[in-house]
Parts: sequence; C-alpha cells; structure tokens
Amino acid sequence: MQELKNRIAQLLADGSVQRILGWKKGEMDYDAEPAFFETKASLDAFVYHGFCAANLSKYMIEAAKLPGKTLVCLKPCDSYSFNQLLKEHRLDREKAYIIGVGCSGKLDIDKIRAAGIQGILGISETENDTLRIETLEGEKSCRRKDVLLERCHVCKGKDHVIFDEQIGSSRDTTDGDRFAAVREIEAMASEARFAYFQEELRKCIRCNACRNVCPVCNCRKCVFDSTKFDSVQKVNADSFEERMFHIIRAFHVAGRCTDCGECSRVCPQKIPLHLFNRKLIQDINTLYGTYQAGSSVEGKTPLTEYRPEDAEPQTAGGKR
Amino acid sequence: MQRIGVFVCHCGSNIAATVDVKQLVAYVKSEPGVVYANDYPYMCSEAGQAMIAEAIQNERLSGIVVCSCSPRMHEATFRKCAAGAGLNPYMVEIANIREQCSWIHKDMETATQKALVLARAAIAKVNLSTPLQEGESPVTKRALVIGGGIAGIQTALDIAEAGYEVDIVERTPSIGGRMAQLDKTFPTLDCSACILTPKMVEAAAHEKITLYTYSEVEKVSGFVGDFTVDIRKKARSVDADKCTGCGACQEKCPSKKAPDAFNRGLKMRSAIYTPFAQAVPNVPVIDRETCIHFQTGKCGLCAKVCQAQAIDYTQEDAIITRKYGAIVAATGFDMIKLDHYDEYAYSQSPDVITSLELERLMNAAGPTGGHLERLSDHRQPKEIVFIQCVGSRCADDRGKSYCSKICCMYTAKHAMLIREKYPDTKVTVFYIDVRTPGKNFDEFYRRAVEEYHVDYIKGQVGKVAPQPDGRLLVQGVDLLDARQLQIEADLVVLAAAIEPSEGVRPLAGMLTAGIDTNDFLTEAHPKLRPVESATAGIFLSGTCQGPKDIPETVSQAGAAAVKVIGLLAKDRLRTNPCTAMPDVLACNGCSACANVCPYGAITYEEKEVAAPGGRETRRVAVVNSALCQGCGACTVACPSGAMDLQGFSNRQIIAEVDAICR
Repeated sequence: MQELKNRIAQLLADGSVQRILGWKKGEMDYDAEPAFFETKASLDAFVYHGFCAANLSKYMIEAAKLPGKTLVCLKPCDSYSFNQLLKEHRLDREKAYIIGVGCSGKLDIDKIRAAGIQGILGISETENDTLRIETLEGEKSCRRKDVLLERCHVCKGKDHVIFDEQIGSSRDTTDGDRFAAVREIEAMASEARFAYFQEELRKCIRCNACRNVCPVCNCRKCVFDSTKFDSVQKVNADSFEERMFHIIRAFHVAGRCTDCGECSRVCPQKIPLHLFNRKLIQDINTLYGTYQAGSSVEGKTPLTEYRPEDAEPQTAGGKR
Repeated sequence: MQRIGVFVCHCGSNIAATVDVKQLVAYVKSEPGVVYANDYPYMCSEAGQAMIAEAIQNERLSGIVVCSCSPRMHEATFRKCAAGAGLNPYMVEIANIREQCSWIHKDMETATQKALVLARAAIAKVNLSTPLQEGESPVTKRALVIGGGIAGIQTALDIAEAGYEVDIVERTPSIGGRMAQLDKTFPTLDCSACILTPKMVEAAAHEKITLYTYSEVEKVSGFVGDFTVDIRKKARSVDADKCTGCGACQEKCPSKKAPDAFNRGLKMRSAIYTPFAQAVPNVPVIDRETCIHFQTGKCGLCAKVCQAQAIDYTQEDAIITRKYGAIVAATGFDMIKLDHYDEYAYSQSPDVITSLELERLMNAAGPTGGHLERLSDHRQPKEIVFIQCVGSRCADDRGKSYCSKICCMYTAKHAMLIREKYPDTKVTVFYIDVRTPGKNFDEFYRRAVEEYHVDYIKGQVGKVAPQPDGRLLVQGVDLLDARQLQIEADLVVLAAAIEPSEGVRPLAGMLTAGIDTNDFLTEAHPKLRPVESATAGIFLSGTCQGPKDIPETVSQAGAAAVKVIGLLAKDRLRTNPCTAMPDVLACNGCSACANVCPYGAITYEEKEVAAPGGRETRRVAVVNSALCQGCGACTVACPSGAMDLQGFSNRQIIAEVDAICR
C-alpha cells in the first residue's frame, strides 16, 4: 500500500492529476469507503487493503465531468466495469488516469462474523494467507480463503483490461463454479423456484442500493424514477418490487453486466441479486457464445448485434 | 382530455354473431374520454363512414376507436375517413375484434369479454395519442433486380418495357439461372433453352436494362423510393469490351480440374470459362482458384491465344454504388444437399443422381452430349427408378416439411422423355401422392401412365443398395398392393426437395425483408399482397418466395414488375410519421439504439441540452426520420426509455397493457 500511496501522492503533487479516486479509512478496519482526495493532507486517510471491495468505476462518470484528470484505482475486476462504461460512451478515457491495483481477493466481514468471531476491534492481513483478528475476547485468526467475498471465488483473473500503470501483484482466487447456483435454481420445479424468489425478493426494502452501486445502472434518468412510465405509483401498489423491480433491472443490464457482484455485496438484506445476472450471462453464453462484458471497448455485443447464425427463438427454447 | 368516439362494426355476422356489439357499445361509454359510441352493420361501407364523419364533426371528437377487423384491412379506410372529417388520421385506433376475437372464439360471452378488453386498450391508447404529420420523400426512378434467372429477367423486362431503368445483379457469370440448366419443360415438352435464350438476349439488348453478372449485392441502405446499394462486380479478369467470345481461351486452357457447376459437377471445366454456350454476356471469367497463372504466376496461355487481347490479369473487384427506388429479390432456388439421405446411396454410387443432374445428362449440350448413360460405366440404363419426395413433405428434421411442388411434373416429364427416346427402358416411379394441379398438368401425367406405360407405384423406397455387379437394388414398398418390392435398377433418380438459394439469409438481412422458417422470403400478405415483402419497396419474384414452376414464376415476375412500376410512377411518397424520437434529457448517449437499428437511422451528436443547474454539451442520439421505418427496436434497446416511437409511445403501450390487465 505504501508504494501505491507514494505514487498517487507524487502524481497529485506534480499536477498530473487533479484528484484521486480511492478508498478512505472508515471507523473500523473493515469499513473502508470510496472517496475523492484532492490535497496531500487528505491522503492520510487513503487506504488499500482486503476490505476495499468497492468498485470505483461508476464514480468516474461524474468525476470525468470535472476539470482536469482524475486518478482512479481499479482492481482487475473493476477494470471490466470501466471498459463497459467507455463502451457505452459514458465517460471520456482521457479524463482518467488509471492505476491498476493488485488484488488477492476481497474479504467479507459477514463471513468472518459468521465464523463466530465477534467483538472485532481490528483486522490485519498477513503474508501467509491468515487473518489476524483482534477482538474483545483476544486475538483470533481465520483463513483468508474461507472469508472471501462470493465474487472472488469466481475471480475474473489477475489482469487489468485497461490501465495506465500497475502497482502491486494480483492473484486469481477462482475456486468455485460460477454457474453452479444458477443450475441449482434451474433444476427446481417451477413452483419451488417461484417460491424461492418470492422468499428472497420479499426481503427487499427498495433502498435502491443495488441500482445505485451498479456500474452499468447509470442512466441519467432511471425508468423507476421517471414520471413517464407511471412505475412510481406501481411500486407503491402491491408486491411490484418483489416481482418486477429486480427482474426489470436484470434485463436492463443484460449483456452489459460484468458480473462485478457489487449488487449482492451492498444489499443490506443479503438478497443474492447477482444470480439474476448470472442466469442471463449463462444464457447469453449458451445462445451466442461466451461473452464477458467489459473485456473490450471495441466490438459488438451479443444482444445488440444480429448475426445470421444467431439462435432462433424456436431453437433457443430447446425446441425446433 | 380527449373526446373519443367508439364505432363498433358488426361485419355482418362476422363479428356480431360472436360478440355482443350492443353490450360493447354500452360498456365503452363509461370508459375515460369516451363521449360517443355507436354500432353499425358495416362500418367500412359508405354509410358507416358517413356515420363516423358526422360524429367527428357533431361531437367535436379528438380521437376515434373503430372496433372492427384487422388494421391491415381497413385502417387506411378509417384514417382517410377521419382526415376527410377534419381529424388527424393518426388519432384513429383500430381494436381488432374480428381476427383476434370473433373469428377465434365460439362462445359469445368470452368473446364479448375479450372484445371489451381490446376496446378499452385501444381507448387507453387514444387517450395518449397526439396528432402526427406525414412527410414526403423522393422516388429514384430506377429498379434493382437481384437474380438473373427467368424470374429476374421477366421482372426486369416488364419494368424496362414500362420505360424505367432496371439493373440486374447476377452472382454467376451469366444470366439464365436454373431454367438454362433444364432440358425440356413441362407440360409442353418444348426445349427450355429455346424459350429462355430469346428472353436473355432481349434483356441484354434492352436499352433500359443494365446487367451486372458475376456480381453480388454487398450493402443496402435507405428506404422505399431511395435505396442506396453497393454492388460488388467481381474481377472477371477479362475485358468485356474487347472480348469477342470466340472461345479460344477456354479451349487452350490447360487447367481443366474444376467441377462444372452448370453441369452440376458431372464434368470438369477449364479455369477460364463461360458456364454454357448461350451465356449472356458471352464473356468468360477466370476462376482464380484453379487458374495456373493466378496460383503459380506461370502459364498465361489464354492471354497468348486471345486475339482481342482481352485477358486482364490485373483486373480487380469494383464496387458500384447506385440509387434505386425499388428492389426485387429474384434469387431462386437450389436442390437440398442429400447428406442426410444415405439410404439412397447418393454419395456411394455415381448411378444415383438428382433430377437436375438427369436434366444435364439428357441435354444435348450436357456432359454426355444428350446420351442417357450411367456415369459409372457409360452403359445406357435399361431399368430406371425415380424416387419422389426426397426431402420434401418430410416429417423429421432431415428434410423440408413443404411440398416442392415441381417434382411430380418434372418426374413425369423425365419418365416420358426416356420412354420416348429409349422405348426398351423400364421406368418405375415411387410416389407418396401425385400432385398435378395446373393447366394441362394432370393430362400430362396421365399420358405418362397411359401412353408411355410408366410404372407408378404408391409407396416409398427404404433403401438403395449398390450391388457387386454395379446395379442398384431398390427396396421399396407398394402400399396399394401391400407388398415389399425389390427392383434391380441401373439408374436411380432422386427428386430432391428444393430450397432457397444459398445466401438468401444475409440478403434478407440487408433488405430487412422477412424470411420464414424455411428461409423463403415472406410476402406482405399470403393472399392479398403476394409479391411484396412486408418491407416497403422490396418485392418478391419467383422461387425465393416459395416453390413454383416456370409458368407461375413468370406470372409472379410480371406481378412484381407491376408493383415496381406503380411505385416508380410516383414522384414523391408519403412517409410514415410513426418514427422514433429520442428524449435528449433522458438519453445516456450509450449507442444501444444505434447498434440495433437495422436502417442506420440513428447517429450521435454532441448537443447542448438542458441539465441540472444549467446547460451542458453531451452525446445524444439523433434519429433521421427519413431513414427510420418505425420498427421500434431502439425503444426496446434503450435502457433509460429515452427512445420513443411516435404513435406507439412507451406510455401508450404501457397504458394498453394496464387497460388489458385492469
């Protein structure tokens, strides 16, 4: 982290960039949050560690409108989101100076707590993949791989798809099957599946955190906020949000979702929202060939391109 | 608030027998915005229209809903009627209570319930309708015909005769198409070339017709009346202006290894070739894949022997860009590949052939000089079996579900010609049904049976097994006699199904013309608009639309020409005002709409627009309403709902859905 901190301080000092977009120390070690830093003094609060999970790409939409360049720290998987934003012309590449920061997987505080570690006062990462956790009950430890965020088990790899310079080393932490949960849900009988989603989605409190954090949910005017669609009234009507809000959102980001997992990470109700997106990603892969949104700025995307060999509706359903 | 009038048509008993029209009238009166409702036996009649016009004026209606037949039938009628009464024609909405309701239901109560729902959805939509104005666009008085077979030639000739310029684009080096490959034609048995070549020559000589042979359509943009087309004129390697068509180059060409496509691969041709003797234009092309000069840099014999010095190895593909008012697809058919029909031993024995190959074998200009012989040993076959419906009327995935329509007649023709020329030959035809509707067709078939004693067996062949002695054991079943049959044949002829020519899919994509599940181009209406595509300005001629024989093809070709002439005769066209319209305030500038637009109607501009706290300059979508065809793809692709289709706005559609679900 020190190397990173020195470098960004240097770039800020020599005027190469006007501001830094990174993570700020929170009250506890585990609640680092996204922040802009405009002065050398403010950089004291800059941190980068296992709890800096937030994907900073989306903040660049507004940052790119400000005068001068913004330095943004992107982890390998965040760089896909940044590319997707470029692809959709949502920001100007020239307004960003990208430091690709190393990542060895990000940590899930809930998993640490679930492991029975309570009263956490501080957490430090060690070289040998164990976490030393200082608690009210004394020092405890756990294995890093046991408390990774869900998305890190299906890591996109250690390469940044876009960057100006790279600092720190990365590790591919993949040890899970990305579509296993999707297949499990697909295998359910339709009534059971409906019940499963009803059960999950009824927890939704419509806080909009998933939408607000999602890098591709970046419409200037969201259809759910628009008076043009009368959806505002419908939200208040009945179980609309349970059934419709998340489904519509999944369809709106279909073919654009990079599977960054931020929606599920920020959901205060712990709804596994990423599964909707994964289902659509899996279907796109099956019907149109494997596709990773954000892997490239150029080129066509499966849902906005017509190719004569595209799946036909009658074959897509498994029938001829 | 709108003042809406609702007009319920009985359509005689078509609607009124199944939908309670009086109840419908009473019901709609309480719908929001409705100030008038009435019913009439025939709303499309003059009296019905007068009733609408009177109500528009007396009740000061701002919009109307006509509950009647499909808008494809009478939307234009009622729009015109409304316009006559001073109402904007786009304030007219049709609730289709006939095709979508009365015709498909038997029970009056349920049908009436559905009619109420359809009516209230249309009312909900009109409540949000706004008047729209049509624009005008110019007409380029030139037509493009894609495909130079008999269909394309006939269409081009008819258009040219009416005085309009026509270009024919043909993929192969000569016009003529499938008909040029045929020997005789049913039901008159006249020589195919004898009736085709005069038309080919006429087309070539016509001052209004330009031929682009050995050329392909590469790109199509624009819209009815104003298409822009890129044509790739492939390098012939022969200067057409200098070539005298003497044929010396073809004789001397030492490379004779390429399968001759015109002869269905039954013989080899030279690398420099014209497909057949009467080719138009009579200018050869060099097939660079098999030409020794192009492959090794040596040879060059053709250039040496060419007195006219027409050989030009340096020629390159040229792109010709032209404007057209109308485009006719006349891309024809091919026979299906027989890969999935191993039981007929087509790939195992040279003596199992397709009907089109038989045409070449019987043709005097064919590989055997017109002598019917087995390709394996050049003996004249004494026992011939024809198998019908190979891949046609097929229940499984191997073939086509449709009837190829021409096979019954050409098989009767083949059988008859063989019996006429080689009377000692035994000819057997296996068939599912013999289908001979058409003028003088059944008489023709009966002649084959009664005068020429062709043995027709109702039943199918299960297997053709090549024997060690070179004969073919045909195992079939005679359904009428309920017995198994085994015939030792010398030659087996397969009436393979026909399918649209290769490349029709990408072409349909370029033309934005619809195709059906079999890749045949679809007509705008199966009965009433059989030669038009649903895409304005695109017309269909010949077998690209479905299986047809020559007389039908020629009739359809003429009909397509008439439609083209009707279009080109106009100086200006009314444009559809139902085009896409972006809301720049909500537009993200993401390009999703431009990516899905099949017409290239959407571009992006840096525009100054209102923004929170002032104005800002940013990237927003701009629709060229002349190019936009109102397909609505962009409105679906737009994540923020910024793109709207005028006349079918997102709000209107949601209002309809809400009204239905109420």
